[in-house]
Amino acid sequence: MKNWPLWEVFVRSKNGLEHRHCGSLHASDATMALENARDVYTRRMEGVSIWVVPSKEITASNPDDSAELFDPAKDKAYRHPTFYELPEELKHM
Amino acid sequence: MQNNLVQYIYGIADNALILGQRLGELCGHGPNLETDIAMTNIALDLLGQTRSYYQYAAKLTGNEATEDTIAFLRSEREYKNVLIVEQPNTDFAYSIGRQFLFDVYHLLMLEQLQNSSDETLQAIAKKSIKEVSYHKRFSLDWIKRLGDGTEESHTKMQNAINDLWTFTDELFYQTDADKAMVSEQIGVDVTQLKDTYYSIISDILTESTLQVPDLKYFQKGGKQGIHSEHMGYILADLQYMQRTFPNMNW
Repeated sequence: MKNWPLWEVFVRSKNGLEHRHCGSLHASDATMALENARDVYTRRMEGVSIWVVPSKEITASNPDDSAELFDPAKDKAYRHPTFYELPEELKHM
Repeated sequence: MQNNLVQYIYGIADNALILGQRLGELCGHGPNLETDIAMTNIALDLLGQTRSYYQYAAKLTGNEATEDTIAFLRSEREYKNVLIVEQPNTDFAYSIGRQFLFDVYHLLMLEQLQNSSDETLQAIAKKSIKEVSYHKRFSLDWIKRLGDGTEESHTKMQNAINDLWTFTDELFYQTDADKAMVSEQIGVDVTQLKDTYYSIISDILTESTLQVPDLKYFQKGGKQGIHSEHMGYILADLQYMQRTFPNMNW
């Protein structure tokens, strides 16, 4: 069991919302990963749908590259859509 | 009639209580974190079901009876659970084998209990079916993985099934209280479930490359309150706090 691969778990908390990453777990295959995810991450009514993805399939950005990847966005306030007057009826923008 | 109904409820609820207690022993001791949580989730489902049954039994009994007095203050002979649920967590294969052999029965029984003429039992059965369907899915999945896994997991799974098989026939034994409740359309006629049970079990075992044991002699007694040597230890753990500090709360 200590050789079981790692899986990333994504849970959708209710219909209409997106799946969100909530953690990881060990399982020998996808079926077991789904069942383990159900038991570990949805036991307090957290979800209505689960995705599991093998952790090794995820390509991550390198933290060493953070400066060139993310820092340049810091002083670009004009990219935030905060300069519009929103109508009253729009609640969730 | 009232007493028969209470005894009939004990016959169902005590299975859930004792199996829940057995699974609870695995808390912090499962083979890995994920399985540990899965098995204690099942334990909590079973304790939840137990509470619903005991609350109903307490109401029928009246006097000072509560779900707690029923759970904690009966003597060994007054528990009516089947022997299989008392069997220890010898190893993971035993815990899974015990769960599987019980879950298949449990689901078949609840499917019929949904049609009970007693509205409370009907409602508890409807609520429990969803939980027990998952229990069965979990244990059945593991039977296949261990049976059709490595040579060692296969041997351990086969040993567990061989040893636990002797307790399966008791699931279909009827006490006088059971018979009385069947005749009132309150209880489930478990004798009718036997063939379906063994055919489901045989199919799964065969699919898992496990042998179906060929056994002529079966153990029984739990339903009449005659338990195996394990039961005293379970009750000692379960009842200790209420016996030592009566009416204790937290």
